[in-house]
Amino acid sequence: MKNKNTTSRRKFLDKGLKVGLITAIGGIGLTKLASKLSAQTDKDSGEKMELMTTDGTIIQVDSSEVVEMDHHTKEDHLNHDVREGIPNRKFVMVIDLAKCKNALKCQVACNKHHYITGDNAWLKVYKMQESQDTSPYWMPTTCMHCDKPACVTVCPVDATFKRKDGLVLIDNERCIGCRFCMAACPYATRVFNWSEPNQGEITLAMDMGEEMHSTPEHAGLPSIKGTVDKCDFCPHAIQDGELPHCVTACPNGVFYFGDKYEDTVTNGDETLRLSKLLKDKSGYRLMEGLGTDPSVYYLPPVDRLVNFEDGLEHYTEFQSVEKPE
Amino acid sequence: MKNYDTLLKDLAPKKFGKLGVIWTSSLLIIIIIGIIAYIDQLIKGQVVTNMRDYALWGIYISNFVFFVATSFVGSVTVAILRLTNNNWRTPIVRIAEIISLAAIVMAGITIMIDMARPDRLLNLFIHARLQSPITWDVIIIPTSIAVSFLLLYFPLIPDLAILKKHFKDESPFLSKWYGILSLNWTGSKAQKAIQTKSIQIIAIMIIPIGLILQTIDAWLFSTTYRIGWDSTNMGAYFISGAFVAGVGALVTVIYVIRRVYKLENYITLLHFDKLGKFLVLACLTYLYFNINEYLIPVFTAKKGELTHLDELFTGHYSILFWLVIVGGLIIPSIVLMFKKFRKPLPMFIIGLAVVIGSWWKRYLIVTPTLLHPFMPIQGVPESWHHYFPSIHEWLITLATLAMALLIITILVRYLPVIPIQRTAEEQELLKNDKNTKS
Repeated sequence: MKNKNTTSRRKFLDKGLKVGLITAIGGIGLTKLASKLSAQTDKDSGEKMELMTTDGTIIQVDSSEVVEMDHHTKEDHLNHDVREGIPNRKFVMVIDLAKCKNALKCQVACNKHHYITGDNAWLKVYKMQESQDTSPYWMPTTCMHCDKPACVTVCPVDATFKRKDGLVLIDNERCIGCRFCMAACPYATRVFNWSEPNQGEITLAMDMGEEMHSTPEHAGLPSIKGTVDKCDFCPHAIQDGELPHCVTACPNGVFYFGDKYEDTVTNGDETLRLSKLLKDKSGYRLMEGLGTDPSVYYLPPVDRLVNFEDGLEHYTEFQSVEKPE
Repeated sequence: MKNYDTLLKDLAPKKFGKLGVIWTSSLLIIIIIGIIAYIDQLIKGQVVTNMRDYALWGIYISNFVFFVATSFVGSVTVAILRLTNNNWRTPIVRIAEIISLAAIVMAGITIMIDMARPDRLLNLFIHARLQSPITWDVIIIPTSIAVSFLLLYFPLIPDLAILKKHFKDESPFLSKWYGILSLNWTGSKAQKAIQTKSIQIIAIMIIPIGLILQTIDAWLFSTTYRIGWDSTNMGAYFISGAFVAGVGALVTVIYVIRRVYKLENYITLLHFDKLGKFLVLACLTYLYFNINEYLIPVFTAKKGELTHLDELFTGHYSILFWLVIVGGLIIPSIVLMFKKFRKPLPMFIIGLAVVIGSWWKRYLIVTPTLLHPFMPIQGVPESWHHYFPSIHEWLITLATLAMALLIITILVRYLPVIPIQRTAEEQELLKNDKNTKS
C-alpha cells in the first residue's frame, strides 16, 4: 500500500514537472512571437530618409530601418578568432597582367617577409603562352584562396581551413604532412618543408632560445619541418591596416587588394570599384571551369604598358628563391 | 587412423631447414637496414627521399597501394570461392588468408612511413574530418586488419587444438601456446555451431570490406582534379587490379610453400589449373578497365590529358608502361589460356611477372600524373621536374616488402598452411563416398 502511494506521488510529480516545462517553453515562445509582431508596427516612425545606393540610384527608407554601421576598427582586426577570420570582410585580389613585366619585386618581398629560404617560392611569376600563335605574357600567382578550396576538402585533420573573410590558411602545428592538399590543389601553389627549414634570422633567434609559435596568420614565422606552407594573403599586414607585401612591393601597380563587400580594391596608388574594374577590363579567374571559385581575379594582358621582352632579363627557369652567395 | 597420422605429419608446422634460416635472416637484415634508413628519414626529414613539391608522392604511396591491392586476395579466394561452393579451395585458403593479413598490416605501416609528421598520428583521430578520403582510410584499414585476422583465426581454432595434442611431447612450449590459442576447443557440437556461424559472418563481411577498401584507395586519387586521377573509372579499375595482384601473389607463394613443405599430395596440379584460369579471368578483367582508362580517352582527350597519355604510350614512361601492360597482363592472360602452361613452374614464373608488374603499375599510376600539373613547372630546380626513388626510399620500401614476407614466413612456420581438420574431414567424406558407391 505504501509502495503504491509513493509511485503515484512520483508519477504526479513527474507529470507536473513535464506540464510545467512545456508551459514555460510555450509561454516564452508566445511572448517572443508577440513582441516581434508588435515591434514592426511600433517602430515605424513614418519618417522617410533618402539614401543613395552604390550604383547611384536614390531610394527611400524608413528612418527606423537605418542603423549606423560599425566601422572596421582596429579592435575588430585584432580580436578575432583565427579560424573564423576578420568579421564582415571578404578579401580579394586583382592581378593586372597588362602591367606585369616580371620585375619580381613581389616575389623578393614575399620571400623576405615570410622568411622563405627553400627552393620553391610561394609567389610565382609564370612565363605563359597559351599557344604558339598567341602572345606570351607574365602571370604572377599567389594562393587563389578559393571559396570552394579543394585542399580544405581533402585535409584529414582540418589543418588547412577556410575562413569567413575568404582566406585559406594552414595550422602548421596540426598538419600531419600527408601532402594530400598539395595533390588536390590544381594551382600547384602549395610548398612543403622537406627538411628542417633554415630561415636565417628566424632560425638563429630560435636557436638562441627565443620561443616562436607559428600562427596561421603569419605563415613562415617560423616554417615547420614536415608541414605545408603557402601564400596566406598576409593577414598580419591587414591587421596593421597595411596591404600584403607583394602589393606594396610591386613597382608597376600590378596587384590590387581589397574587400569584395566594400567592392573596392587598391594597389596603393589608385583605389577602384572592383565590380566596375572586372566588367570594364574583362576580368577572369584561373581555371574557372573547375568550380573552385578563386578569390584572385586576373585582368587580361591587353593594351599593355610594358614589353614582354623586358621581363626575360629577370626570368630564371630553375630558381624562384634567391640563395645567399 | 594411419591415414590421419600421415596427414598430421605432413601438415603440422615444421622447423626450418638451412634454407629457411638463411631466408629468414636475410629478410631480417633487409628489415634492419630499412629501419635504419627510416630513422634517418625521421631525423633529417623527407628531404632524404627524391619527392619534392611536384612529385609530392612517390613509391611510399605506390607501395601502399600495392599492399592494399594484394590484401584483396583474402576476399577473392576465401569468400568468393566459399560462397560459390568451389570445394577445391580447401588447401589454398589459409595461404590466401595469411597473405591477406600480412599485406593489409603492411599497408597500414607503409602509409605511416609516407607521413612527414608521424608524431602527430593521433591528430587523425582527435581532429578527424569525415569528408577527407584519408579519414575513410583510417576507418577501413583497421577494420580490414581486424576482419582479415578473424578470417584467418576462426577456421584455425580446431587445427590449433589438434596441434596442441600433436606437440605435447615434442615441444611442450609450443603445445601450451597452441592450447591457449585454441580457446579450449573440444570439437563439441555447440562449439562447431558457433564456429561455423562466425566463419560464415566473417566470410560474407570480408567481401564488402574488401571492395570498400580497394575503392577508397582509388578515391584517394580520384577525389583530386589531377589529370590521370580524376576518373570515374578508378574504383572498378582498382578493384580489378587488386584481383590481379592478389591472385598473382597467391600463385607465387603457393608454389614456394608447396616445394619447401613438399605438399605435392595436397596442392595438386588441379589447384594450379584452377588458379591459372582464375588468374586469366583477373587479368582480362583488369585489361578491360585498362582499355577504359587509357585507350578510349585518347579520342576525346583534352590537351593536358593527351600530354599525359603520350608520356605513357610513347614518352618517358613508355618502356615501363608497355612492359607492365604486355609482360604483366597481356602475355600472362594469353599464355595461361593453354593448359600446358597451367603447371606449377610456368605458373610460378608468370605469377612473379604479374606481381612485379602490379607493383610497377602502381608506380605508373602515381608518378606521371604528379609531374603533369595544370600549371607549368617553373622556378624550381631542374631535378624537381623528374622523379626516381632515392636510396632511402628503396631501402625502406624493400624493408616493407621483406616485412610482409617475414610475416608470411612466420605464420607459415607456426601455423598449418593447409587446414588439417577440414582436409581430414574431406578425405573421410571421399572415402565414405567411395565405400558407399562401390
